[in-house]
Amino acid sequence: MARVVVDVMLKPEILDPQGQAVQRALPRLGFEGISDVRQGKRFELEVDGPVDEAMLARIHELAESFLANTVIEDFTVRIEEVAEAAK
Amino acid sequence: MTARIGVVTFPGSLDDRDTQRAVRLAGAEPVALWHKDKDLKQVDAVVLCGGFSYGDYLRAGAIARFSPVMDTVIEQAKAGLPVLGICNGFQILTEAHLLPGGMLGNDHLHFICRDQKLRVENAETAWTSDYESGQEIHIPLKNMDGRYVADQYTLDKLEAEGLVAFRYLARGDAADGYGNPNGSLNDIAGITNEAGNVVGLMPHPEHAVEPLIGSGRTDGLPFFTSILKKLVNA
Repeated sequence: MARVVVDVMLKPEILDPQGQAVQRALPRLGFEGISDVRQGKRFELEVDGPVDEAMLARIHELAESFLANTVIEDFTVRIEEVAEAAK
Repeated sequence: MTARIGVVTFPGSLDDRDTQRAVRLAGAEPVALWHKDKDLKQVDAVVLCGGFSYGDYLRAGAIARFSPVMDTVIEQAKAGLPVLGICNGFQILTEAHLLPGGMLGNDHLHFICRDQKLRVENAETAWTSDYESGQEIHIPLKNMDGRYVADQYTLDKLEAEGLVAFRYLARGDAADGYGNPNGSLNDIAGITNEAGNVVGLMPHPEHAVEPLIGSGRTDGLPFFTSILKKLVNA
């Protein structure tokens, strides 16, 4: 089994008030030196069977049409190795 | 025979009954439509009402956009069927790319609920012809994700082609219903497509149609009389 991760972020030019609220909280936690925070979404898709070119292409299409709204968001698709250790 | 106007109910819709009532008060026949049903029951126009369809999970309107009823609404809207999206309905129309741009959380991160002053910028759409261009109206606004955003090219095109249908009135005190309530770019409250058959806005005309209810204003009623006149005269 393999995992495909889709990360979705607001486009850089679009205001992210949630990220700003997080950033503004940092000094109260004594955490200095962070000038900007932007918040996004991460989707973990557990794929039955091998992740071949065709499957990746289908997931890309899914991300483009559904998981992200490309009018306001950018996305990336990548394969994540699932650790075998948990036996 | 009067015009038949469909009102779609999704799981999580809130304003379907109020919208049906507004349609009836305007003199048209409301027809209940169901999200799982591709059949639009031969209605002459469709209203996508407010609420939190499918819990607004993923993004507001994102899951509703892929419901069976929307397959038919999208197909017929492209062929000229008049469609009005109010609040969550507006979000669904942008997710379906029937209207340009997108909707995001209010810039102040709070739910907002108040009476809001708007200016009618385009009184030539299927849903606004009973208004005067430049007319100021005062109707309820209630949402979490009301911030209209679009890239500069899209904004320039909307402005140049008169596709901004409603704008928040920026001057004056918030207590009186003025101001941009959510950080929408160019103070945009609602837009139309180029053909004028698809219109979306965040504020709620269906909650301002009876003198007895709410603020007592009936500033929202012309949405429903506009479409009725257009359909009956067609």
